[in-house]
Amino acid sequence: MDSPIVEMRDILKRFPGVVANDRVHFELCAGEVHALLGENGAGKSTLMNILSGFYRADAGEISVRGKPVNIRSPGNAIALGIGMIHQQFRLIPTFTVTENIVLGLSKLAFSLDIRAMEADVGRFSRSSGLTIDPRALIWQLSVGELQRVEILKVLYRGVDILIMDEPTAVLTPQEVKELFHVTRAMAESGKTVVFITHRLEEVMEIADRITVLRGGRNVATLRRSETSIRELAVMMVGKALPPDTAFPPAEAGDIVLELENIEAGGDRGQKALDGLSLSVRAGEIVGIAGVAGNGQRELAEVIARLRSVSRGTIRVCGKDITNREPLCAIEAGVSYIPEDRFGTGLAGELSVEENLILKEYRHAPLGRGFLIDWKKAAARALELVEQFHVKTPSLGAPANSLSGGNAQRLLLARETAARPKLIIAAQPSRGLDVRATEAVRTILDSQRRVGAAVLLISGDLDEIMKLSDRVAVIFEGRIMGIRGRDRLDMEAIGLMMGGLGESHDQA
Amino acid sequence: MIRLEKRTSTSMAYQVFSPVFSILCAFAFGAVFLRVSGFDPVDVYVRMLTGAFGDLYGWAETLVKAIPIMLCALGVSVAFRMLLWNIGAEGQLYMGAFGASWVALSLPEAPAVILLPLMVAAGMAAGALWALVAAIPRAFLRVNEIITTLMLNYVAIYWVEYLIYGPFRDPSAYNFPLSVPFAGAARLPVIGDTRIHAGIFFAILAAALLVFVLGKTRWGYEMKVLGDSPEVGRYAGINVRLHIVVALCMSGALAGLAGMSEVSAIAGRLQHGLSPGYGYTAIIVACLARLNPWGIIIVSILFGGLLVGGYSAQFIGVPAAAVNMLQGAMLFFVLVAEFLGRYRLSLGGSAVEEVG
Repeated sequence: MDSPIVEMRDILKRFPGVVANDRVHFELCAGEVHALLGENGAGKSTLMNILSGFYRADAGEISVRGKPVNIRSPGNAIALGIGMIHQQFRLIPTFTVTENIVLGLSKLAFSLDIRAMEADVGRFSRSSGLTIDPRALIWQLSVGELQRVEILKVLYRGVDILIMDEPTAVLTPQEVKELFHVTRAMAESGKTVVFITHRLEEVMEIADRITVLRGGRNVATLRRSETSIRELAVMMVGKALPPDTAFPPAEAGDIVLELENIEAGGDRGQKALDGLSLSVRAGEIVGIAGVAGNGQRELAEVIARLRSVSRGTIRVCGKDITNREPLCAIEAGVSYIPEDRFGTGLAGELSVEENLILKEYRHAPLGRGFLIDWKKAAARALELVEQFHVKTPSLGAPANSLSGGNAQRLLLARETAARPKLIIAAQPSRGLDVRATEAVRTILDSQRRVGAAVLLISGDLDEIMKLSDRVAVIFEGRIMGIRGRDRLDMEAIGLMMGGLGESHDQA
Repeated sequence: MIRLEKRTSTSMAYQVFSPVFSILCAFAFGAVFLRVSGFDPVDVYVRMLTGAFGDLYGWAETLVKAIPIMLCALGVSVAFRMLLWNIGAEGQLYMGAFGASWVALSLPEAPAVILLPLMVAAGMAAGALWALVAAIPRAFLRVNEIITTLMLNYVAIYWVEYLIYGPFRDPSAYNFPLSVPFAGAARLPVIGDTRIHAGIFFAILAAALLVFVLGKTRWGYEMKVLGDSPEVGRYAGINVRLHIVVALCMSGALAGLAGMSEVSAIAGRLQHGLSPGYGYTAIIVACLARLNPWGIIIVSILFGGLLVGGYSAQFIGVPAAAVNMLQGAMLFFVLVAEFLGRYRLSLGGSAVEEVG
């Protein structure tokens, strides 16, 4: 299995504001299971989307089976024998398995002999070890079965290089076991499998070779037999950065936020938070590190009371707000900077002024009985716009006319203006330029200084390290461990992010 | 490949002129049909114009038709602002008529100062309750309000039919499906010897009240936030469910008031065909006026004129359906103009990509 079947060289891919792939090399050997490992934002999915024709690289070369190729579409990639299975399944719920599998095949006749096709799909599924009823309707299948259909759909098109993007993220442990079994079988029958993942244990279990990416760049490509979980953990998260001296710790006070044994469901009905406990004190920033999709968004929403919990208690300054209305959290002094600025945090069509008073209009001096004093509202808005340097053409301009950085300043202005006791900041600097990022961090730091408790949820590990007094690592809805600023150990944090290591070191 | 791009802004001029332009387009579109049917479109339109606005009688009749349209359109606009598509003004109007009639028929001896306020209250309450039937499932179970409000229209209309064929039927009406006529005290006063009635003041009062509520009150501000994004509203601690229920009930109450004023001032009894579809016309009017209360008052007069002008055109044989067609064409062109105001058509281009 030493002849490279795919070679990607110097792949460059830019998205607005980020370089997702920065001259990445990638090599696949026929018949191997190759794990592509990295944090979120490392560029794994981008690289594989380029190989499977969903994106086009800005620069770089790809050769398949020794021949240079130009992959322009997913159809191109399929013709070359390359197929990708995305995290989000792309199946039509009201169609049967067979109908979904044959959908889009180029050699379909005008009238379909669906019985013959069902028989063919049935034979094919048995022979590839992915047994499934070809007549079953998609909406009736479990997640594991859906994934099997996706794999079948790709294999049925004659693909022998199969890319799976985080395939185990949605599966039960039993289903993971089956998937690994099938993966092994495919590799033994000569197919090549790429496994995109961030879970270290899985990498060691399934991969022959491992390529690690970080920040859009190659870190290393290794044989499994020549590496260890610890080495991979460090490669994945990088070297330890010392805490930024620009943000020295402040005096931590009383406990403000107390989460006890929280359980909550996610949007797809899965268990997103699974017995999570955490506390944040006044005057400290607690950073939540973790690979995206391990319950971070749900954690923020649960505290802001936008998501209900099935177990556990939430207390803010001693007041129990478990499963109360969002207004109850607001009145308890909780501020929330959501990761989707527009859509949750800001009303895009409404003016800057109208957005700025969103948390203050109920009380004097802006609210007088059932009326709003718009003169005072305008004065207040002007004050905030100046204090937070929000660049806007006017107070009446719609919020969605502002740039990303200014929209975020607007959001921060509103969320920190009312002297909150607790600030939940979710991905506060995502998509912002350097100056805006710095401004956001300075605002959070100054809030800590005046005694607010800050829960910082960020996919940017550097940001977490720079700002946090304590770092908590979240994995599959649980806190794997908490480290103070003076004991930050990248190896341990990397291991915990990959689902390994200490479990209950709660400070 | 034709592609749609979202515009970042819509110019003020576009917002003002697109409804005017849409109306002109609708008339041009209607002209083609009139021509094909063998009529001279210019002649028909001139007749309609003079019929509706040519003399005092025309103006009076136009306003008479405009009053229920105003009230219903103000009503639906309250719901539309929160992206609640209340298609049920027609049924809420009928229920309002029923509520008012029930009071009028139950208290035949009461003096006007007691009876009329009671009829107003009963009409608005009945309209609001009818909207509530759709509002509760919408707020708590996310049941589509378009379907429920539309279906409830038929229920309301048949309920009124049942009453006038059954319990409310006037025994002295030779088996005609009519209720007992109201006492004089149950009739809304009219202006001079026209048929223009006090309902016009209800409409103007309602418009003024809406302008105040939307612009100055917490409730109006919260509605505005929810109209932009229910998610943001929830995040800000606004009680979304309560707002849905209240807005739909307000909407129904105004349509109910239209029904009350129609039975009290125009018909003088509960009867068949109280509304030639005012509740549906109101939807078009609210859209054309961009939900602006004073705009609704003006556009309603235009649509009242369209109805009256349509009657005039029938004298030379133009079918009554022509007016419905013109109304429909107007809504169509308004929606197209609205769409083009938000999006820009462009040819060619690349596929959309996102960071993976």
